[in-house]
Amino acid sequence: MTYEEILTKYEPVVGLETHVELGTRTKMFCGCKTDFGAEPNTQTCPVCLALPGALPVMNRAAIAATIQIGLALNCDIAEWCRMARKNYFYPDMPKNFQTSQYDEPLCVEGYVDVVVDGKEYRIGIERVHIEEDTGKTLHVGGATGRIHGATESLVDYNRAGIPLVEIVTKPVPGLGSLAPEIAKAYVAELRDIVRALGVSDVRMEQGSMRCDVNTSLNLPGEEWGTRTETKNVNSLRSVERAVRSEIIRQAAILDDGGKIFQETRHFQETTGDTRSGRSKETATDYRYFPEPDLVPIAPAPEWVAELKAALPEKPSVKRARLREDWGISEVDMQSVANAGAVELIEETIAAGSSAAGARKWWMGELARRANELDVDLAAVGATPAQVAALQKLVDAGKLNDKLARQVLEGVVAGEGDPAEVMASRGLEVVNDTGALTKAVDEAIAANPEIAAKIRDGKVAAAGALVGAVMKTTRGQADAKAVRDLLLERLGVS
Amino acid sequence: MTDLTRLSAASLAAKIASKEVSAVEVTTAHLDRIAAVDPRVHAFLHVDREGALDAARKVDAGEITGPLAGVPIAVKDVVTTKGVPTTAASKILEGWKPPYDATIVERLKKAGMPILGKTNMDEFAMGSSTEYSAYGATNNPWDLGRIPGGSGGGSAAALAAYEAPLAIGTDTGGSIRQPGAVTGTVGAKPTYGGTSRYGLIAFSSSLDTPGPCGRTVEDTALLHSVMAGYDPRDSTSINQPVPDVIKAAQLGKNGDLSGVKLGVVKEFAGDGSEPGVLSAFKDSLEALVKLGAEIVEVSCPNFQYALPAYYLIAPSEASSNLARFDGVRYGLREGDNGSHSLEEVMSLTREGGFGPEVKRRIIIGTYALSSGYYDAYYGQAQKVRTLITRDFQSAFEQVDVLVSPTTPFVAFPFGSRTSDPYQMYLADLFTIPTNLYGGPAISVPCGLSEGLPVGFQIMAPTMADDRMYRVAAALESAVGSFTPPEL
Amino acid sequence: MAAISREEVAHLARLSRLAVTEEELDRFAGQLDVILQSVARVGEVAADDIPPTSHSVPLTNVYREDVPAPSLTQEEALSGAPDAYEGRFRVPRILDEED
Repeated sequence: MTYEEILTKYEPVVGLETHVELGTRTKMFCGCKTDFGAEPNTQTCPVCLALPGALPVMNRAAIAATIQIGLALNCDIAEWCRMARKNYFYPDMPKNFQTSQYDEPLCVEGYVDVVVDGKEYRIGIERVHIEEDTGKTLHVGGATGRIHGATESLVDYNRAGIPLVEIVTKPVPGLGSLAPEIAKAYVAELRDIVRALGVSDVRMEQGSMRCDVNTSLNLPGEEWGTRTETKNVNSLRSVERAVRSEIIRQAAILDDGGKIFQETRHFQETTGDTRSGRSKETATDYRYFPEPDLVPIAPAPEWVAELKAALPEKPSVKRARLREDWGISEVDMQSVANAGAVELIEETIAAGSSAAGARKWWMGELARRANELDVDLAAVGATPAQVAALQKLVDAGKLNDKLARQVLEGVVAGEGDPAEVMASRGLEVVNDTGALTKAVDEAIAANPEIAAKIRDGKVAAAGALVGAVMKTTRGQADAKAVRDLLLERLGVS
Repeated sequence: MTDLTRLSAASLAAKIASKEVSAVEVTTAHLDRIAAVDPRVHAFLHVDREGALDAARKVDAGEITGPLAGVPIAVKDVVTTKGVPTTAASKILEGWKPPYDATIVERLKKAGMPILGKTNMDEFAMGSSTEYSAYGATNNPWDLGRIPGGSGGGSAAALAAYEAPLAIGTDTGGSIRQPGAVTGTVGAKPTYGGTSRYGLIAFSSSLDTPGPCGRTVEDTALLHSVMAGYDPRDSTSINQPVPDVIKAAQLGKNGDLSGVKLGVVKEFAGDGSEPGVLSAFKDSLEALVKLGAEIVEVSCPNFQYALPAYYLIAPSEASSNLARFDGVRYGLREGDNGSHSLEEVMSLTREGGFGPEVKRRIIIGTYALSSGYYDAYYGQAQKVRTLITRDFQSAFEQVDVLVSPTTPFVAFPFGSRTSDPYQMYLADLFTIPTNLYGGPAISVPCGLSEGLPVGFQIMAPTMADDRMYRVAAALESAVGSFTPPEL
Repeated sequence: MAAISREEVAHLARLSRLAVTEEELDRFAGQLDVILQSVARVGEVAADDIPPTSHSVPLTNVYREDVPAPSLTQEEALSGAPDAYEGRFRVPRILDEED
């Protein structure tokens, strides 16, 4: 069955659990810094190393950020809730329990609206809660640093205890064949919302935003099917691919008369499909109970109101404003948003590019390139500043469209800023009149018959000579300038 | 010359302040006493001679002054001391030197109190006899063949054996008070949240309370004042002024209790206790009446469920608190010989590093928190906790403090309660309700039964720690103190 | 009837990462049964409409400000480690989920 055929037979139900690492200066329960890339185990203390006797104290900024995320997702904020311990053993979790929230999340019952193919879909938010991140484990001795086949592991607890917000959607039925795109659009929208709040850098490629995707299939009119949970989905594109591949995999099993097992699966970036992990039947019993070392959270209504008043412009409102500024259609704006290009274009314009130029590069050449490389647009290898510089070179006449594409290719390949690539690859438009005049004169001398025709007034024949000049200048000349010069030399202008 | 080890902390402090003796002399006297008697008592797991003398020298140099400056102290081995071994009497932490001081230790140091060493206890504070210490039991100075109580038997025995004038204990279900009772010393469990838990190796987080131990009520109050108070590193710390327990102890010492209503807990005044314990308790009540106190019998019907609720809540929290001992970041590691996976090494480490009582409690706690059992066990125990709190609250509407024997029996011979773990649990029958409620309670010596000390327990409302000190000091003035036979 | 079976004790020991011996299993099963039968008495209390108490102090909203405090040095952090390598805690191989 093709994907489209599957979706005429089965109805998918999709749910997403997204973890966002907050950008607070310090950890959730201690004053250790959260700087990325520090030397291993230099941002740890008795609390986040779980030394005997150490006790946690909650970071006010992390609670505020969680409430703001909840508010931005239209959630109700709990009047009273507690932290809970989730008990299981794992070496990257120093206490061997995660301080999290269980049946009393800080934010509940919200929603996010996304638009795909001109239609709006409402994604229900079940809960938003606060918890802590784990440390990082390096596997040694196996192939390519993977856990499988490793002979030992090395643990760094710098990341342990960094505040993590978990955002859980309700299961979303009724999306049909657009389920993968809508899932991706939701994550893109969530990312834009969180980024606008300024509480996280939400960089999927660095792991500060991570997704788990729940997928099930059912026949129309029947109960929802058994769901699988796909972990390790770490880019916008992967969200879409993970849902699609899981739909295809499950449909094949169901069509064979097989059963779907509730299990955790892992998304494989290389192949784009999912692989079975630990099955939920044997999953450990987490033995949640209220965290006795932390007192309940009871946000004062005034505080919540204050946090609400401080919310920034909503991405959807902002997009409407930008659409005006950029002078583009609603559909075009939506594809910009779904491509995750809003901020990139905005920053490119801020760096000096025209709106049309910025959008052209990000949604054209760079989107195509990102697609080829299978990465998110933000990770394609060009920065807004570089794209703006490129457009400025075009505007100044130093690059034509064809050359600009080649320069951009060099930028994406890591060869440097546009000016550097232009110089090193020798791609500048030839504006030197002397060199150009020489090339024109040579072309006239080499083609006396055509030259004669033009002198006789058959100006249309000039195209052939312009082509010859462009060939000798390897495309670096401006075609109009060549034509003007040619006519001048032949005395017809 | 006076034997410095026989003096109270208050008089030692006065002599040091007036330069009659030096802090180094006082500290040395206690270190010498430890060297002389601890081989028989085994109150200490580690003696920090150099650290103690360094601290004493600072006081003698005039760098630190204060109400207890220069008075040495023993610290229960469940409290972290920077650079000094801290094991919680467990093999799993053998040799561990914490890189940080507990808040209460910081306060002792700031107050100029030389820390003599770390005292023995039941492993991770789970027990009532110190028989569950991985390093061997402590012997009761009153009778070396008997238990010194637990879990803080080492701290109490160190006081009774004149090895230290003051000690730090921790009380989760009676671990300060019951050892105080069976060694004829004073032990106070402050209001939960009144003393910082930061640096106290957690057993049951919602119950654990560090507190002072001394030979007199006044000494205990002095230490209480030094160690108590708000700590921003403990989220459950109460940000309020410490009740004036010193003034209350002085007031009580005058021997006037007119207008004070003592509530005798009906459920704890009957056949649960040994006859000798009960008669000492009743004699003490009479003595208190003579001082002007009024006795009211109050009923706390839910106290009978305190022991079962405690033995669900404490092990549940412990099963989670003790998960961190996995051989990855500190302490023991077993089985890491290349043939075992991390999971196996963790299990072998915990199997080899924990003693039987700790394992039993971890397993019970894991059970009580399991899905399917949570509501019937842990959840129900938390509801019982609410009911016990309500019993206390309604009792304190009628009376100022509640009183009972501290523990149903005097120091028992080693081995007499280890075969049936539940028999050991009964030692905490009268002390546990207070922990579930969170209020303060104190045990003060009130008499002897067949030559062994009996403790009298006074329980007060939360943040009214001063009330119990007043009654305790009055009782002390009425019945006198009790001195163990020479070692 | 026993409140807890030997098999249950074995399962709980695995959950708690305790490599208990057969002899311990026999002993613990009996002892835990006695303890559980005794503590099960909490079930006698009619407490359906009673709220549970998780904290004895009625505090709420205890926070610290988002201001960095000194961390331990790498050396201090690793000082108690049974095994460390290049600034990290070394542990034996971790069982793969698919193993």
